[in-house]
Amino acid sequence: MSAGMEPRPVSQGTANPSAVSAGTANPSAANLSAVSPGAVNPGAVSLGAVSAAVIGGPGGSADVATVADESTAAAAKRARRRRLLWLWIGRFGFAALVIGGWQAFTTWKIVDPFFYGQPSGIWKRTIDLFEHGTEFGSFWIDIETTLQEAVSGFGIGAAAGIVLGVTLGQNRFLSEVLGPYIKIVNAIPRIVLGSIFIVAFGVGTTPKILLSAVLVFFVVFFNAFQGVREVDRNILANVRVLGASPWHVVRHVTVPSALTWIIASLHTAFGFAIVGALVGEVLGAQHGVGLVIRTAQNSLDPDGVFAGMLVIAVITLVAEFLLTLLERRLLSWRPPSPSEVSGI
Amino acid sequence: MASGNPLATGRPVTDRVGEEDSRIEVVGLTKRFLTPKGDAFTALHDVTFTVEPGRFCAIVGPTGCGKSTTLSMVSGLDRPSEGVVRVGGRQVRGVTDGISFMFQTDALLPWKTVLGNVELGPVFRGMAKARARELARDWLRRVGLAGFEDHHPHQLSGGMRKRVAMAAALINEPKILLMDEPFGALDVQTKAIMQTELLGLWEQLRPSVLFITHDLDEAVALADRVVVMTSGPGSVKAVYDVDLPRPRGAVQDLRYEPRFLEIQQRIWQSLREEVERAYARTAGVNA
Repeated sequence: MSAGMEPRPVSQGTANPSAVSAGTANPSAANLSAVSPGAVNPGAVSLGAVSAAVIGGPGGSADVATVADESTAAAAKRARRRRLLWLWIGRFGFAALVIGGWQAFTTWKIVDPFFYGQPSGIWKRTIDLFEHGTEFGSFWIDIETTLQEAVSGFGIGAAAGIVLGVTLGQNRFLSEVLGPYIKIVNAIPRIVLGSIFIVAFGVGTTPKILLSAVLVFFVVFFNAFQGVREVDRNILANVRVLGASPWHVVRHVTVPSALTWIIASLHTAFGFAIVGALVGEVLGAQHGVGLVIRTAQNSLDPDGVFAGMLVIAVITLVAEFLLTLLERRLLSWRPPSPSEVSGI
Repeated sequence: MASGNPLATGRPVTDRVGEEDSRIEVVGLTKRFLTPKGDAFTALHDVTFTVEPGRFCAIVGPTGCGKSTTLSMVSGLDRPSEGVVRVGGRQVRGVTDGISFMFQTDALLPWKTVLGNVELGPVFRGMAKARARELARDWLRRVGLAGFEDHHPHQLSGGMRKRVAMAAALINEPKILLMDEPFGALDVQTKAIMQTELLGLWEQLRPSVLFITHDLDEAVALADRVVVMTSGPGSVKAVYDVDLPRPRGAVQDLRYEPRFLEIQQRIWQSLREEVERAYARTAGVNA
């Protein structure tokens, strides 16, 4: 899963991706406002923080740069560099401890590498996959298939979630009519839908895309819905008095305001998209990393399973990075929040 | 819009005194709310007053006397239970054209730049984007924020954000300007500066103003007419005309003039009772 190692406030949803139904028990207010698993609170990003931010514009006093100031700045810079150094030593040390420990325990046969794999074996298996492919062809085709399914499902699910979330968030009547049904569908363990999609659409990419889209949809939908509900009343009143049409309100106020929530949910949602594609492939496929993983499982090859996981982890990290770039671009108006400054 | 559509010409209308379409008449205004328990709660009872075209009217009163409710009904954001609001002789039903609103809290869009915020009004009214942008630049110069066009609201101080809000409210050259404690959250010095600037801009455009405040000094310094309201339910207790000459200049200096103090004292006698009564009631509820 993508968000497994990300310190974002999204953990509920990612902790248990197979039981996607979680979270409907939230007893908040009426109808849909019960925020579901993936609903992400953008925290410090809200408007309150905006108004509490920096006082005193540009043009501060940079004129008294004395020698003392410079030496203080240099000392601070040194301290920061030292801290950074220790940080990376810590990070690599941790990885070395875990992977090295794993390697050591399996080499000494304290843990049986036949069941639990071995880092060196996983690495060899991964190289092997890329060099020689699988019995069904090149490994690149598998990666491409999985990626295509996940990205398509992500796109469709996110688009549908945003459109429906914004629509229902704005229309109280519609949201009260549809609310119970959305909750019911959310309560169904949707991963099981994969079996139905395979039966209905065969072993091609369509059922995987659908499964991904369904998983992504609910995460994004609930966030978009909640985001629209959180729009500042004052701002709404203000733009209405200024003469905004309903379309103006959606374009200039509702969507930008909900974007904070929506983008936060996209991080979780991409993880779900990958899960949807993989589960679909495990259930039945001609190509895909999920198929590679299942084949490895059937031939009692834990190294092969871990190799598939490794590749998926890399893909997810890259996607996470791209989403962060998108987030930076779209949300550049936000004041830097303390947590971002400290930078994880 | 006013005659001659000032938006199209891009020139400010210099004087609206006597322009009948900016007269605000509040007649027998009553507003009842339903409490969560299902009881009816009367927030406003039979409020009647008039703002003459191009005049500055302040409403003072204790907390919770329905000042803001009155304002939202004049703007058309809220509907009265009884009574009518007429703007320029026409009854208000829904958001009325030619009105701008300034709120106590920031109503700027945090995701838009200063320029983007100010140009919203003309853009909403269908002005071409490039012209709206030009007009917005011009207004930012007028409120002294040239050079800050590309900043985001969170990068500005409280006073600067108020200037942006002021430019955004005035760029449409409204015939009516509604202000709900716009300077309530500012520190004393900034507040005085903003009041002086507001008076300066107002004297150029002369919209009719309905200005809500807790601060009696502010009301007397700015307004031609002060409406004192009672609380629970809110109604008009007295209306005072302020005959300080215009232009009034710096608000800070005005405070020490004998005539100012005299008027301020007279109104305070009336307001004080209400404030004390409201205070006693809330204290009683809390006890």
